[in-house]
Amino acid sequence: MSSLLETPSDRLLAAVRQLLTAKGVVTREEIAERIRTTDNASPAQGARMVARAWVDAAYRARMLADGAKAAEELGIPMRGMPPLGVLEDTAGEHNVVVCTLCSCYPRAVLGYPPFWFKSAAYRARAVRDPRGLLLEFGTALPAWVKLRVVDSTADYRWMVLPLRPAGTEGWSEERLAAIVREGDMIGVTFPKLP
Amino acid sequence: MSTQTPVPDPSTLPEARPRAMHDMGGVSKFMCDAVDVEPHALDEFDREVDAIRGLLGAKKVMSVDELRRGIEAIPEGDYLRLSYYQRWIRSITDNMLAKGVFTEAELRAALEDTK
Amino acid sequence: MSALFPAGTSVRVRDDWPETRGACHIRTPHYLRGVRGVVEKHLGAFANPEDLAFARPAAVLNLYHVRFSPQAIWPDAQGDALVVELYETWLEAA
Repeated sequence: MSSLLETPSDRLLAAVRQLLTAKGVVTREEIAERIRTTDNASPAQGARMVARAWVDAAYRARMLADGAKAAEELGIPMRGMPPLGVLEDTAGEHNVVVCTLCSCYPRAVLGYPPFWFKSAAYRARAVRDPRGLLLEFGTALPAWVKLRVVDSTADYRWMVLPLRPAGTEGWSEERLAAIVREGDMIGVTFPKLP
Repeated sequence: MSTQTPVPDPSTLPEARPRAMHDMGGVSKFMCDAVDVEPHALDEFDREVDAIRGLLGAKKVMSVDELRRGIEAIPEGDYLRLSYYQRWIRSITDNMLAKGVFTEAELRAALEDTK
Repeated sequence: MSALFPAGTSVRVRDDWPETRGACHIRTPHYLRGVRGVVEKHLGAFANPEDLAFARPAAVLNLYHVRFSPQAIWPDAQGDALVVELYETWLEAA
């Protein structure tokens, strides 16, 4: 292994960028375009899916059966993306997602993974102390709710379909989507009324 | 952590088997670490590294599996010290050298050029 | 690709440690080696990342969601179920 790998990262990036563009592997325009496209993916996408599932039982069923197809129904680009698994919360069981080996994340529907999701503390604690972990996010799970932790080790990417909070009866999909946050779709928090 | 169950001796746990250092699930030394829940926005460096990896994948030059392998090869001290995308650029460079996309000599020259 | 282990099958993760035999890329967490679980679902078939990671030809393998009890792994574990994606080559009937 080359000792050049120990060069400070910002210098590595500059050199790699120069070499890859000089050799025609990528162009600067492609890099800029890719950054722009990736910035378009955000938790708002996943939130729209959750809101639709809350008001439309048939959509919910389709989402649970094939998350990627359900995302595409709402115009979220999924071509070339890994399969999307949707974990349905019930009154008696709550799901939490982790990738202990690296940080596999449903980027197509949630955007870039948050800093905490990639941290050693999260990756280590989620599988062994999920209740303690949730407390770090201010989430105190009632003792009678079962906690189901899903470790993303392979080809699927997972998102949580949280329970619809009380007090939202009659709300429009748009209003519902607005209260669904990134952490709610990973399972570290629950959607709450503003 | 539960106050009723005594903390087990790590030498009796799966982490004492010959695991790779990145294989962190349940590992005792991290269990008392607080989680930094602050948002930490990505900077330009992060976004560009991410974009280059995505393009290398889309163009079938380097797969996500190869990226992960390269990250897992980083010595533990560096792995824990480097940020997420700092690990990525190191793995990308490692893979590009291994695949002969560019040579060490070319890399050295480019590092000089971009100083 | 027909699945070897239907939903509900008891399985054990092989107590194997390729990490001791040289460079490898393994997606079976250390904490599951030798542990018994129950198959929840066949998730489909995908190319083996252990080979993709080294740009080697990769066999397409069945992938399963398998449920474990965290207390069977760590005596002090919280949580009620731990569900992990595992490739067929890592599982044996238990």
